[in-house]
Amino acid sequence: MLDRTADNVARATPEPLAKKIRGISDKGLAWLFISPTILLLLAINIFPLFWAIYLSFTNYRANRPNEVVKNLGLANYQRILGDHDIWIAMQTTAHFVFWTILLQTVIGFTLAWLIDRKFRGHAFWTTIILVPMMLSPAVVGNFWRFLYEPQIGLFSYVISFVTGIPPTNVQMLSNVELAPWAIIIVDTWMWTPYVMLICLAGLRSIPEYIYEAAEVDRASNWRQFWSITLPMALPFIMLAVLFRGIENFKMFDMVNLLTGGGPGSTTEVASITLKRQAFESWRTGYSSAFAIILFVAVFGLANIYVKALNKVKQR
Amino acid sequence: MSLTTAHSVVAPSSNAKLIAGTIIIAYALISIVPLLWIFATSFKTPPDSIAYPPKIIFQPSIEGYCNLFTTRTRQTPEYINSLGPATGFCDETVRKRNMVIAGPSNFLPRFVNSLIIAFGSTFCAVFLGTLSAYGFSRFKVPLADDLLFFILSTRFMPPIAVAIPIYLMYRELGLSDTALGMILLYTAVNVSLAVWLLKGFIDEIPREYEEAAMIDGYTRLQAFWRTVLPQATTGIAATAIFCLIFAWNEYAFAALLTSGTAQTAPPFIPTIIGEGGQDWPAVAAGTTIFLVPILVFTILLRKQLLRGITFGAVRK
Repeated sequence: MLDRTADNVARATPEPLAKKIRGISDKGLAWLFISPTILLLLAINIFPLFWAIYLSFTNYRANRPNEVVKNLGLANYQRILGDHDIWIAMQTTAHFVFWTILLQTVIGFTLAWLIDRKFRGHAFWTTIILVPMMLSPAVVGNFWRFLYEPQIGLFSYVISFVTGIPPTNVQMLSNVELAPWAIIIVDTWMWTPYVMLICLAGLRSIPEYIYEAAEVDRASNWRQFWSITLPMALPFIMLAVLFRGIENFKMFDMVNLLTGGGPGSTTEVASITLKRQAFESWRTGYSSAFAIILFVAVFGLANIYVKALNKVKQR
Repeated sequence: MSLTTAHSVVAPSSNAKLIAGTIIIAYALISIVPLLWIFATSFKTPPDSIAYPPKIIFQPSIEGYCNLFTTRTRQTPEYINSLGPATGFCDETVRKRNMVIAGPSNFLPRFVNSLIIAFGSTFCAVFLGTLSAYGFSRFKVPLADDLLFFILSTRFMPPIAVAIPIYLMYRELGLSDTALGMILLYTAVNVSLAVWLLKGFIDEIPREYEEAAMIDGYTRLQAFWRTVLPQATTGIAATAIFCLIFAWNEYAFAALLTSGTAQTAPPFIPTIIGEGGQDWPAVAAGTTIFLVPILVFTILLRKQLLRGITFGAVRK
């Protein structure tokens, strides 16, 4: 394949220019420049992926490396698809992804729309709003655990102050009903700015003359919003949803530190289940099969979504 | 700049601006409160940090920072009195709680690990990324779109899914819990971002510069070195900061693949415990020290932020 690359590159180089080149030829250079990256990704990403695929057909356990490895065929996959706990984890993940994306899109778009009013000092306040998304999700999860502590935590205190619920009863992380919302709140706090920033770019990409034309046609503000603003910003909103969707489907660090999947398994998203199976129960073969299923799911969803996104863009 | 002087008929009215500004400022303040609270907590004493109701006004203390950098043992008052005078503020603070400093904590080595791994992997990712981005930008590479998609798709993998075989591979290769292993891994994760971002930046540099340089007798390599690289510095710097932030913040791989010598700060900070539970002022102090570089970088990057978070898909 690389030889062909080089040939094509050589053919693509205009003749008089090619004569000027001394030392390494263009084809050599293209090969030299691109191959290290591809080799690294093959070694650190693709080789392990194939290893995981192999392991997913076995009963291998990483904590017993000397045991004889048996080939199980598709048994691991069959067990996963019939495993009640796995389906619960997928449901928890779906709930988390759905609500975080809904909240972040609505709040993020609203904020972007407000910032686009270009009030004085909007650049400064935008930068302040952007800070949470740059932080380490693990460190964020850890310090929100402090804010959620009953009584002493700032969040719990404010909630009990506002609602009048006794402070010891505001138990965001140990209440089965509230814990899923605790992780949704933190994720929304952290990632709304991300959606906002992309939506803002979308709003700014709409040329002003369209609004001027609408104004001449006496279209109401409401009508302008639904017929111009929203459709034209839609590809950007979808891009934000795509990135957030993938990231939250894989969510591990923040949830692991905030609740560790608890109480019980009420916040056990797919990645936490995977970690428990792979690095606590050491069911390496079984968890590899689950990892492959997750990867295929993310990849498939992302592909479908990208296609939809391109359609919207073309319109 | 009131509405009457604006040339456009669609400029928001000053009332709309006022309402928008108020809501945005309110949101900004609410969203920054948790961070200010952590910062304040790092200067509280342990009893103040867990007081009810939470203390907004308190006597600042650096006990949290002392506890972050030291390990302490509880001693009898008689023993403490038999020691010489305290040799510093931390020593004094600790003795008031009937403890003596036993030695340095692991925070500093973990922090240094974070620095080594973040800078090492950023250098490698940006180096490889710049070369590949130039290759994809300037040469006709067959299947270029497929290769670029392949490079990006490595980012779709859930980190835990990648960690299982990497864990086994590193165990075989002796790379478990080593800085080298982590640098390789973070380079592989970051290189996809680096290629995509840098390709966008290099695409924006007109080819004519290199062609002129080559007509003047430079080789392709010299032209790359002397005309393209200097013009790509902003892009390279922005990319480097994004890679640095990722590597600095990363937790999943670090928590699963390092345990001691190569552990970075994110998995370490949550493990800081005092007597009877988490030592919140020390945790807050560690968090504050850990987050300050990120705040600085965010401000430096604010113009390139959009590009970085969308893999170059959205440019302003």
